Amino acid sequence: MERSVLKSMLKDMLLARAFEEQAAYEYTQGNIAGFLHLYPGEEAVAVGVLHAAEPGDYIVSTYREHVHALVRGVPPGKIMAELFGRKDGCSGGLGGSMHLFDKQRRFMGGYGIVGETYPVSTGIAYAIAMRELPEAVICFFGDGAVNQGTFHESLNMAALWNLPILFVCENNRYQIGTEIHRHSKVTEVYKRACAYKIPAEQVNGMDVIEVYKATQSALLRIREGTGPQFLEIETYRLRGHSMADPGSYRPKVEVQAFKDEDPVTVMLQESLPEYPSAEQISAIGKDNIEHLSEHMHQADLISPEEFLRMKQQVADSVEQAVQYALQSPEPSMEEAFSALNCNRGQEVLI
Amino acid sequence: MANEVMLWQAMNKAMDIEMAADNSIFTMGEDVGLYGGSYRVTEGLYAKYGEWRVRDTPISEGGFTGLGVGAAMVGMRPVIEIMTINFALLALDAIINMATKIPFMSGGQFPMPLVIRVPGGVAKQLAAQHSQRLEHTLMNVPGLRIAVPSTPQDAWWQLRQAIQSNEPVIVLEHELLYFSKGSLDTNLDPVPMHRALIRKEGDALTLISYSRSVLLAQQAAERLAEDGIDIEVIDLRSLSPIDWQTCIDSVSKTHHLLIVEEDCGFAGAGAEIAATLSERCFFELDAPVQRHTGLDLPTPYNGTLEAATIPTVSSIINAVKQLVQSGE
Repeated sequence: MERSVLKSMLKDMLLARAFEEQAAYEYTQGNIAGFLHLYPGEEAVAVGVLHAAEPGDYIVSTYREHVHALVRGVPPGKIMAELFGRKDGCSGGLGGSMHLFDKQRRFMGGYGIVGETYPVSTGIAYAIAMRELPEAVICFFGDGAVNQGTFHESLNMAALWNLPILFVCENNRYQIGTEIHRHSKVTEVYKRACAYKIPAEQVNGMDVIEVYKATQSALLRIREGTGPQFLEIETYRLRGHSMADPGSYRPKVEVQAFKDEDPVTVMLQESLPEYPSAEQISAIGKDNIEHLSEHMHQADLISPEEFLRMKQQVADSVEQAVQYALQSPEPSMEEAFSALNCNRGQEVLI
Repeated sequence: MANEVMLWQAMNKAMDIEMAADNSIFTMGEDVGLYGGSYRVTEGLYAKYGEWRVRDTPISEGGFTGLGVGAAMVGMRPVIEIMTINFALLALDAIINMATKIPFMSGGQFPMPLVIRVPGGVAKQLAAQHSQRLEHTLMNVPGLRIAVPSTPQDAWWQLRQAIQSNEPVIVLEHELLYFSKGSLDTNLDPVPMHRALIRKEGDALTLISYSRSVLLAQQAAERLAEDGIDIEVIDLRSLSPIDWQTCIDSVSKTHHLLIVEEDCGFAGAGAEIAATLSERCFFELDAPVQRHTGLDLPTPYNGTLEAATIPTVSSIINAVKQLVQSGE
């Protein structure tokens, strides 16, 4: 792989981690409210998939979508301002953390209802297919979303009409607090795609290079007219489901589970929520950023100095994003109504 | 020049003329293609426009209504047919959480030129799961426009206006009206989509209704006129937005208001109309606003009971007489 692609992916992963950690901090400071679903641990998925996509492709994401938007190129300040509920946010402060949109970058939203990304994707893909364009839609969803009716309805229609969609399951093994063996009979999610004759494979989501390559070849097959493709990317979220669910229990549960303890008991024993330490994370060997940076150090693709410089640049841009958000005003009620009526035009209704 | 046509024919013609003019329009739903549509509205379109523009779908209401939302976001103009309003319950996420929220929660970035056509109402002994009216559910959704045509002429105008609009519009079609006849003049200048129309002028009472109930109300009005009671009949034509001014002007003239609707009365369309007009016309009213509605009961299969759950011409006449007399 080209050194420039690897460096750019590493930088995006570092930015993603720093941005999300900052968001968590801003939440504790009261600058961000509501639900805040963070991405640490899963960076290789968004970064690998979206680096393999073309600018003409459409991205449809879930409510854990800050990093998808960041990697797509939405400026960090526009995202942070949206989390702060400010006018200069990428959704005008009306969407919030779960509803980032950027039409210009074909970032078609974060959706708060599990299972909505499929129909939005089939609709966009239907339009692409009707117009015979070379574009594709990348549809993200979690393992918890594959038991929703729209999953089956949409995969069927996508396959039936040969729609250009790449289905990307971010399998972090938890639907909020319920572990995959307790929510699904078939836990290898990619196997479900065969019911609709959609080619599918399982990808190691801790390895961004593998994610990138799998996405690249899946998108190539789509552009060749093979129809929808399906990737199950096995990943792991280091934090709880949302900031309302500090979820420090969970990585510890994993650790404890390795010791053959009953996870339910461990969960009940947990009382003080705290973020897992670097030692805890490395103990379970699941940090995708370390995975890539070590690979690049060993292959001499990046010097320690450059790595530090990169980290500093990332820290600076996150700091600038916070400043941008803080300086942005709140949207007015008038702006809320004009968003509601944005498609009214000159129409005479009555 | 006006022709006598059935309502489905007016809608079929409207679909055809719009699809011919704009190739970003496509229609999708169960049996809309080869079969020609359960109520013939899409008849002939499959042969003319092909499968991509007239798409038969699997039975996946949530999935294909949501597909319409996604397509509308990128500039297509989907006309989704949901076979009956009862099945639309499976598509409420697409309608309420998606179609009306995306333009708003994106800060006004996305168009949503989506039309959802839905037959509904009490037809002929289709039983509880096929005889509902859901206008109350849909009216409570900001950003959703609802047309309720009762004549072929309105169906022609309003379907075309819905397709041309960039906002999500639901067209509620009554199953018993598809084969009702009326005049259609395709050269007439259209009435604005959500304006109410006075079907019969009168000064004894204002009767506000919509969809099939308007036809019953007009028949009742004719019979009442024979008894010397001249009522004004307003066809709302739209449930969101509602043309309040036409209603207020009429109530200010007649000082009596009766609302007739087929839907269940509790928290229904009539409740909104009664509340708003009580607020806005309180000092014009000589008697409390009355509602004559469907019973708060799932529709029974039994034909006699079914007929007794919704307003009829004679029950409307009784309701009018009671209200007029109470104010004297």
